[in-house]
Amino acid sequence: MVKIVKMALLSRFVRRFRRDIKSNFLLFKTVANSEYRCLSSLSRPEKLVSEETKEQETNGGHKAVVPLECRFVYPEFLPDPRVGRRNSLRERLERMDMLNRRSNIDVPEFYTGSILAVSSANQHAPEKLSRFVGICIQRGGCGLRAFFILRNVIDHQGVEMFYEMYSPLIQKIEVLRLEKRLDSELLYLRDALPEYCTFPLDMEPEHLSQGSTVPVNPIKVKLKPRPWLERWERQELKGVQDLGLPERFYKRAAEVARPWEKYDLMKEYRESIPAEEQESIFAEVYTQLQQLEITKKMKRKRTFVRPKRTG
Amino acid sequence: MWRKFPKLRSVGQTFHTSPACSHVIKLTRLRVVDNSEIGKQAMAEGKPPKCIHVYNKKEVGTIGDKVLLAIKGEKKKGILVGVKQNQRALIPKFDSNNVVLIDDNGTPLGTRIHVPIPQILRTILKKKNVVKGADYTKLLALATRFV
Repeated sequence: MVKIVKMALLSRFVRRFRRDIKSNFLLFKTVANSEYRCLSSLSRPEKLVSEETKEQETNGGHKAVVPLECRFVYPEFLPDPRVGRRNSLRERLERMDMLNRRSNIDVPEFYTGSILAVSSANQHAPEKLSRFVGICIQRGGCGLRAFFILRNVIDHQGVEMFYEMYSPLIQKIEVLRLEKRLDSELLYLRDALPEYCTFPLDMEPEHLSQGSTVPVNPIKVKLKPRPWLERWERQELKGVQDLGLPERFYKRAAEVARPWEKYDLMKEYRESIPAEEQESIFAEVYTQLQQLEITKKMKRKRTFVRPKRTG
Repeated sequence: MWRKFPKLRSVGQTFHTSPACSHVIKLTRLRVVDNSEIGKQAMAEGKPPKCIHVYNKKEVGTIGDKVLLAIKGEKKKGILVGVKQNQRALIPKFDSNNVVLIDDNGTPLGTRIHVPIPQILRTILKKKNVVKGADYTKLLALATRFV
């Protein structure tokens, strides 16, 4: 008799526990579906959701609301997430310096896959200025050490240029074509056929209509036959055509793959800045960034462009 | 038992443990980018020249360094005008290790360079000019485009 009662209690307890877990998972799912997926603060999902609703409430009350796209448009404002590299004072000073630099030159919004033209002071050139056009194949670095790499094929010779974004030598950064690609890094263009990164040096800038989202170029690149600089078959690349390798390469790639790492919440937490911290950082700089954008637009309106004669 | 030995050795040779650093050192294959007769022939035959000496203290060649080449059974000197290795900011990095053949006075053997040349080469070669010795101004005059 006692045994049966015990069993009943146990089963009830288990059922209750299961229900708890289920509800937790549901919450997790809704959070994961929303924008917070990459923010790595899934440890306290309830708080985040409530914050979001609070934000919406305050939206009417003229409080500066920082949009979440900031971390894609201005990724270099986020500090290095490695614990040994953190220093709040240095980060704040760097942010001030970056804003100062941005008030002097226009650092436009761009992504890997966008085509840029950079003019920089060059003491070795006879006219002390050099301009390079190319596709941005990598963008990275935090704070003042932010960098990007441009690549182009000039006279059938692949050339790459490494730029420090906040270097005082850079005089002008123009975006000739604003677009994204399927991958976050395009280093495989080094092993691609040259026509995929050949851009004329006198390329005209293409303007997007205002308010439109940045288009994603779904182009699939064809790589040269091996040997390559890296084992591209082991990286999950979306912007690459079928590699045409023998079966053993894909077998080995499947063996060394670590598909479970994308579920490692702790790893994600370690490698990213938590959402709350991102918000506080961007709240600090967002108003000034907006101010810069507005002045930039005013300047653009004021400049008179002489109409070109055609025909 | 002995039959298995070469197989084991070949396993050790099939993988690298360190990434390639793309140094220009002795026995590195280079690409001749001027239109000198010997250079064109060597490239067309698919036997690009090998570097057999780098004339600097580090023995690793960078932009503007003089190298000794083994090309078509001859020894020729050349100037590196663009390397694969990662460079500092604002200095171009090329997809191949380019070399222009010169004679002992620094006069190039060809009459045209058909790839872009880094701007910094101007300053580097100007420093290396020697009065009544090596003169590299002719090499710079051949370049069609600077990046």
